[in-house]
Amino acid sequence: MSDVARSTEVAAADSKASVKPQAKARRGLWSASRPMIDRYKWYEVAALYAGLFVFLFFVLAPFIEGFLVSLKPLAQLFSTPYSFIPENGSFDAYINMWTSVPMLGMHIFNSFFISTVVTLIVVAVVVPAAYAFARFNFAGAGLMLAGFLAVNMFSGAVLLIPLFRLMRTMGLLNTYWAMIVPGAAFLIPSSVWLLRTYMMRIPRELDEAAWVDGASRLYTLRRVILPLAMPGIVVVAIMTFIGAYAQQFIFALTFNSKTEFMPLPIGLFAFFGKQEVVWNELMAASFVGILPVMIVIVFLQRYLVAGLTAGAVKQ
Amino acid sequence: MTSTRSATLFALALLAPALIYILTIVAYPLVDTIILSFTNASLRPGYDFVGWANYERIFGAGNFTEVIIRTFIWTFFSVSLKMVIGMCGAVLLNAAIPGQALFRILTMPPWIVPMAIGIFMWGWMYNGQFGMISGLLQNFGIISGPVAWLAYGETAFWATIVTDVWIGVPMVTIYFLAAMQSIPRDLHEAAWTDGAGRFYRFRRITLPLMVPAIITMSLLSLIATFNSFDIIWILTQGGPSGSTTTMIIDTYKTAMGSRKYGEGAARAVVISIFVTMFCIVYFRAVRKLQQGEAK
Repeated sequence: MSDVARSTEVAAADSKASVKPQAKARRGLWSASRPMIDRYKWYEVAALYAGLFVFLFFVLAPFIEGFLVSLKPLAQLFSTPYSFIPENGSFDAYINMWTSVPMLGMHIFNSFFISTVVTLIVVAVVVPAAYAFARFNFAGAGLMLAGFLAVNMFSGAVLLIPLFRLMRTMGLLNTYWAMIVPGAAFLIPSSVWLLRTYMMRIPRELDEAAWVDGASRLYTLRRVILPLAMPGIVVVAIMTFIGAYAQQFIFALTFNSKTEFMPLPIGLFAFFGKQEVVWNELMAASFVGILPVMIVIVFLQRYLVAGLTAGAVKQ
Repeated sequence: MTSTRSATLFALALLAPALIYILTIVAYPLVDTIILSFTNASLRPGYDFVGWANYERIFGAGNFTEVIIRTFIWTFFSVSLKMVIGMCGAVLLNAAIPGQALFRILTMPPWIVPMAIGIFMWGWMYNGQFGMISGLLQNFGIISGPVAWLAYGETAFWATIVTDVWIGVPMVTIYFLAAMQSIPRDLHEAAWTDGAGRFYRFRRITLPLMVPAIITMSLLSLIATFNSFDIIWILTQGGPSGSTTTMIIDTYKTAMGSRKYGEGAARAVVISIFVTMFCIVYFRAVRKLQQGEAK
């Protein structure tokens, strides 16, 4: 744990885009120890909080509304006038959804399974590549790096037709691989960039010392670099997992039509398209799907900020 | 140790898996798109080359230019709103007030939650009869009757923009916040000593020093927004009557809806040309900014 913590601090300090919590904010607003420049008049504080309220309301409104909807019984949901707060709300939807979406458990499992395999593939491919970019000056390295970055700029949607044909030729349509293989491809480039930056911070002398002692290149990578880069690899793995979990849509929509392989978003989308949408259950199911990510935010948010901002070349 | 031939070979061996992967899944399809765009490929197995016929058809039909213009308008408003709201958010989150750390965490959910699920929630919010937006606006007396936001071209266009902004804002905010914090505090303190107020310091110190971050982010955001698919597909599928059909949606409908792969590929090529131009601008800008930093 301490290792990871330290590393992210390195990663955070490393990327220009690090967000440091300011200790100053913890001192009381009007305490004498507060630097003069950070002192606010009462109306400035009021304006700041009002602004923050509006901003965060915009960001969180769909979640608040979604959660409230999941508590409302259908009868109340489809009644006018609109009421924001549920009357006699209940968690019934969280129980009923398992019967109205029979495959819900399967969809959640699929989402996790697909994201996990994508993460494993990306890490396996990215670690050696990042090391190569971080340590060796070979012809075309810069061009290849730029090429990797350019991959980020093309969305899968543009390449859908040939990808569809490719998947069909390889016989992968309607399997997990149809979602895993293209999904991983678009997550590789930013991970290479992120890990490369991290590995460049490991002192070169360590490689050279191992080399002088007669270690082979592969041995150096395995025994010297890998352990030192582990914290960076963990950040990359977390980022990849979140990315893979968040972006399951277009490939799953296009390359798979079997219900038993559908990840959660697509499983719910099918549900969404039905004539009578059982909104409270749809929202309840959505929240169950969001929960794992929320847990990640709460426990890993420090690493997340480091990873997200360092990966800002992404999106 | 790093310049020998064996070192190069070793490096290439390390790179091979990533390289082969990307070449197969991204580069080859890109080339294949260009080839397909000159054919009449469809669900049938084989295809024939038809020259420029696909391009002539899509540009001849007239509505394609309309789609291109709509895509640019959609992207322009979305990116501008993301930048403005992101900057406001960064300023607010940068203020040294209690609760700061919590507020920063609360900004992140739209970014990392599965995108489709966030969009489902917006789908409900836009519901005219029972959704929150129509409901609250009625409660406050701003609109007199229910408005089904996704049912009319004009409102659906803006509704999809708002949702796109919602998804993009957290990243822009966090990135701007980071850039803001990398501005040396001495500058602010010096100006403060000279009696400069907060707004003045923002305009004369913060904003000019953030120009590189703003340029980088708006270009990245431009590319991402231009390629945006999930939001429109889930909310409106390009409707009502094509009012939210952007180039990506249009391509998807042609290719996957009507199974006209050849024509769809031609549309995809046009998108790729635009994206490539954006990329070139982005790389140039980044290089210039880095040179500026080095000086």
